[in-house]
Amino acid sequence: MRVVDNLNLALRSVLERDPEAYLLGEDIVDPYGGAFKVTKGLSSTFPDRVLSTPLSEGGIVGVGGGLALAGSRAIVEIMFADFVALAFDQIVNFASKSVSMYGKRVPMPLVVRCPSGGGRGYGPTHSQSPQKHFIGVPGLSLYEISPFHDNQALLPAILRRAVPALLFEDKLLYGRQMYTEGVVDDLLQYDFPAPDVARVFVETPDECDCVLIAPGGVSQRAIGAVRRLLLEHEISCQLLIPARLYPLPIEALLPVLRGAGSVFVAEESVAGGTWGHEVAQLVHRALWGELRHPVTLIHSQDSIIPTAGHLEEQVLLQETTICRTVVETLRD
Amino acid sequence: MTSAVATADRAKERTPLTDEDLLLLLMIRRFEEELLRLFGAGLLNGTTHTCLGQEYVPVALRTLIGLEDFVFSNHRGHGHYLARYQDLRGLLAEIMGREGAVCNGVGGSQHILRDRYLSTGVQGQSLPVAVGVALRLKHAEPGRLVCAHIGDGTWGEGSVYEALNMAALWRLPLLVVVEHNGIAQSTPTTAQMAGTIADRVKAFGIDHHRTESTDIGEIRAELDPMIQRSREASLPLVVEFATHRVGPHSKGDDTRPPDVIERAEAHDWHRSYATAFPERFAHADERARSLVEEVVAEVQDLPPAVWTEQ
Repeated sequence: MRVVDNLNLALRSVLERDPEAYLLGEDIVDPYGGAFKVTKGLSSTFPDRVLSTPLSEGGIVGVGGGLALAGSRAIVEIMFADFVALAFDQIVNFASKSVSMYGKRVPMPLVVRCPSGGGRGYGPTHSQSPQKHFIGVPGLSLYEISPFHDNQALLPAILRRAVPALLFEDKLLYGRQMYTEGVVDDLLQYDFPAPDVARVFVETPDECDCVLIAPGGVSQRAIGAVRRLLLEHEISCQLLIPARLYPLPIEALLPVLRGAGSVFVAEESVAGGTWGHEVAQLVHRALWGELRHPVTLIHSQDSIIPTAGHLEEQVLLQETTICRTVVETLRD
Repeated sequence: MTSAVATADRAKERTPLTDEDLLLLLMIRRFEEELLRLFGAGLLNGTTHTCLGQEYVPVALRTLIGLEDFVFSNHRGHGHYLARYQDLRGLLAEIMGREGAVCNGVGGSQHILRDRYLSTGVQGQSLPVAVGVALRLKHAEPGRLVCAHIGDGTWGEGSVYEALNMAALWRLPLLVVVEHNGIAQSTPTTAQMAGTIADRVKAFGIDHHRTESTDIGEIRAELDPMIQRSREASLPLVVEFATHRVGPHSKGDDTRPPDVIERAEAHDWHRSYATAFPERFAHADERARSLVEEVVAEVQDLPPAVWTEQ
C-alpha cells in the first residue's frame, strides 16, 4: 500500500469513528481530493465534515482551534508546508498556548497536516521543511509520517493526546510503498524498539558501528545510505525514525544509542537552528561520556531551495551526503 | 448651552432600567477605576486595559446572549466578564494573581477562560476561532450563537476578513460586536482605517447594524430581533457600537487632546443615567462602591495563586 493510501485510510477511519471530527483544507473535496490526493473520496462520504476552504491558512487553522476548543477533533490540511507560516499566530499564540494559559489544562485535539520537503522542483516557496520553526513551543507537538508508521494508529493517538500537533508529510513519500512485516529489502529489516520509533538494522539489531536518526521524510535517502555504508564501506549503521519529532522521546532511543557510541542526525531542513540541534543536545546531555564523537548533523545547505533540478540537488540533503559524512567522521 | 439642554433632554428620555442593570453598570465602572488606582499605587503586576465608557455594551447584551452561547472577549474584557458572571472576586484575584483567580493567575487581565467565555490578547485572533465554534454549534446545538467582541483597531487584521468570509460562506451564527471607540491605542481611527466598517461588512453580504445609543433598553429593543434572526436563520451579524473610551488605553497613556477627551465624556452613559434617575443612581453607586471596596480589601489579603496544571 502506498503511503498516501495509508494516510487516506487513517483520515477516513477518524471521520468514521468520530462523528465530531472535521477535516478542513484548501481544494480537499472531490473530485479534486486535495493537491496531493490525500483526501480523495472523503468529502463524498462525509460532506458536512470535510470542507474545502478559502485560501486563508491563518483563518482555517483558527477554525480548527475553535472546533477543538468546543469539543470536536479537527484536522487541517495546509496545501504546502511553506504556507503554515501564515498560520503561525493561530498555532503558536492561540492553539498551543490555550492548552495551559488559562491556568488549567484545556484539551485541544487539533492536527495541522503539512506536506513538506523538496525534490519536486516546486521552488523556494513550495519546497521547505519548516519543522525547525515550531520546535520548543510549549504545548505544541511535531510529528512526521514515515513508510514504517501506520497512520491508522498514529493519527488517532495524536488526537487522543489532545494537544495541538503539526504532522509533516514528505511529498515524495506519498507515492512510496509502506513497509510491512519487518522487511525493508534483501539486506535490511525493521522493528519498533519503542512505541512509535522505527529501527532499521542489518541482521541483528544489537550490533552496529553507528546510529543514524532521521525523520520519516528522509527514510529513503537514509535507507539508501545504510545500504551503501554496508556494501561499499563495511560499516554497519542502524537507522532510527521517531514518529514524534518534538518533544522527542529520547529515553526510548538511549539504549540503542548507548550501544553504538556514534550518532548522526540526518534531516532535509536547511542549515541553522535545526531539529538535529535539539536531538544532539538531548543526546549529549544523556550520553556525553559514552560517545566516541559529538553527534554529527547532516542537513541541507544554508540556502533557499532553488527550482531547477540540478540546483535543487546541490542544496538539498542527498543519500550521498549522508554516506560521505558518516564515512569521513568514522575515519577521523 | 443649547447642547447642554439637549443632552439633559436626552437623558430624561432614558428608558427605565432594572436595579440589577444599573448596579452592574456601576460595579464595572468602580471596578475599573479601582484597578487604575491599584496600578497607580504599584499594587498590580503587568498591564491592564479598562473599559471605562464602554461598560454599557456587555450590560445591554447580557439578556440577549445566554450562558449556553459562547462569548469571545479581547484585551479590554473586564466588562464582558463581569456582565456575564458578576464575579468581581474571581476577576480581581486573576488580575492580582491571588488564590481564587479564575485562571489561577496564569492568564491575567486579557486571557480568561470560564465555561463558554474566552478572552485572548492578540487582535483579531479570536474571530477565526469563533468561526470554528460557530461551525460546531450550527451542527451540534442549533439556535446557539457565538458572540465575539472586537474594536475598531482590530479591523487592521487580515484574520477579521478571513473569518467574516467563512462565516458568510458557511452561514454561521456569529455575532461580531464592534466597540468602535474611535481610537486604536493612541491612533485615531481616521488615521488607521480607510472607508467604513459598514461597507467592509456589506462586501461580504453580512448584515450590519450601527447604534449610537448608550441606553440599555433602547439597545436591547433594537438588537433583539436581529440577534434572534442570526440564531434562527444561522447567519452572521455585525453590530457596531459607536462608543467612547473615557479612560486611557492602558494606564496613564492617554495622549488625546483635552477637547477629544471631553467629547468622549459628554457621551458617557454615566452622566445620562445620573441625570435621568438621580436617586436610584446614587443608591446603586453607593452599593457598587462598597461591593468593589470589600472585594479589593479581601483579595489583597489572599495568598498567591498556585499553578499546578502546567
